Amino acid sequence: MTLERIPILRMARVLLVSIQIEMSDHVALALQDDLTARIAGQGAVGVLIDISALTMVDSFIGRTIANIAKMASIMDAPTVLVGMQPAVAITVVELGVPLAGVRTALDVDRGMKLLENLCAEREASGNA
Amino acid sequence: MSRITSILRSHEERLLQAWLREQGARGVRGGMVRDNELRAQAQEMLHLLADALDKGTPGDRSDAAAYAPLRELLAGLSRTRGSQGFSPTETVRFVLSLKRPLLALAAEESGGDKAALFDDVNHLNLLLDELGIFTSEVHQKSREEVIRRQQSEMLELSTPVVKLWDGVLALPLIGTLDSQRTSVVMETLLQRIVETNSSVAIIDITGVPTVDTLVAQHLLKTVAAARLMGAECIVSGVRPQIAQTIVHLGVDLTNIVTKATLADAFAVALRHLELVVTKKSA
Repeated sequence: MTLERIPILRMARVLLVSIQIEMSDHVALALQDDLTARIAGQGAVGVLIDISALTMVDSFIGRTIANIAKMASIMDAPTVLVGMQPAVAITVVELGVPLAGVRTALDVDRGMKLLENLCAEREASGNA
Repeated sequence: MSRITSILRSHEERLLQAWLREQGARGVRGGMVRDNELRAQAQEMLHLLADALDKGTPGDRSDAAAYAPLRELLAGLSRTRGSQGFSPTETVRFVLSLKRPLLALAAEESGGDKAALFDDVNHLNLLLDELGIFTSEVHQKSREEVIRRQQSEMLELSTPVVKLWDGVLALPLIGTLDSQRTSVVMETLLQRIVETNSSVAIIDITGVPTVDTLVAQHLLKTVAAARLMGAECIVSGVRPQIAQTIVHLGVDLTNIVTKATLADAFAVALRHLELVVTKKSA
């Protein structure tokens, strides 16, 4: 059985993950491994996860996505989740998945702006 | 059954008079149905009843095929009366008030044959009772349909999502929020956020008479879902009583931006979008 994997693209110092398939449990876990390895290996300063094509989530996928975002954040790569569909948002809220600390944006464009602002803020505070 | 049929046919006028008198005496409101209209309906029912008794086999129940035209007439009549605001009693009485004059006539025409009369009375009783029940059921159903239609109309009417500015949506909520309505509200709002690519949504609860824990819970969920999609939610129109209720209920709204008026919320939204309103002359 070939394991499906979600590609991780690098744009400047930001990692871009676009989830275009319906996630299964092992795809989600593989993404978690791949992404944390890439952040450590390539010194990324931010991660953008696009889930606009994701139409179904269960509690496990929801929690895994939240975990991935939190892991990236503690590895000093702020994460923005973009393009969540209304149905997915309702499901996640009803399931009670803790996504409290995760930053979100409407689309990739706004997500990139948010990441730039976060990086700029961090550099400013680092210099001060 | 030819005895009843012949009574229906030969004494039609007499029966009709007695039946209409009976209906009048038992308080069918005058003016709601015109006299000649009522007469025409009654006459048609008598014809159809006679036809059905002719066509059907003796002892038929009212759900037999021969009674289909009669049932259709009663269904139509019941539906119109339902929409005209007749009570179920008044509607059913149209059928049941035929019993007394018809049975009286049957007794008169029986010529002392008690066994035959008993059979006729028995059958007529059964038939008219069943038709009465049928009429009342149609009446009930037509009223229920009206209620259902009004409910769905209310649901659609009450959830407009309006665009205040590029990137700012407003959702003025009016009336009591139950869980079904709130889920419709939630879905429309989130859908419009995606469609219009708005980053701020204002939920105005000025028109919501009461906020209980359930409503607050729904509000919190909507705000959380919108936030997950990357849009900020502001709740506006928190009236003094509602603020008091929310605090007394112990609902925690500290994670939500709340404003007293829609204007305040709009100002926050503009600030969020880094827009400034200036006076022209300044």
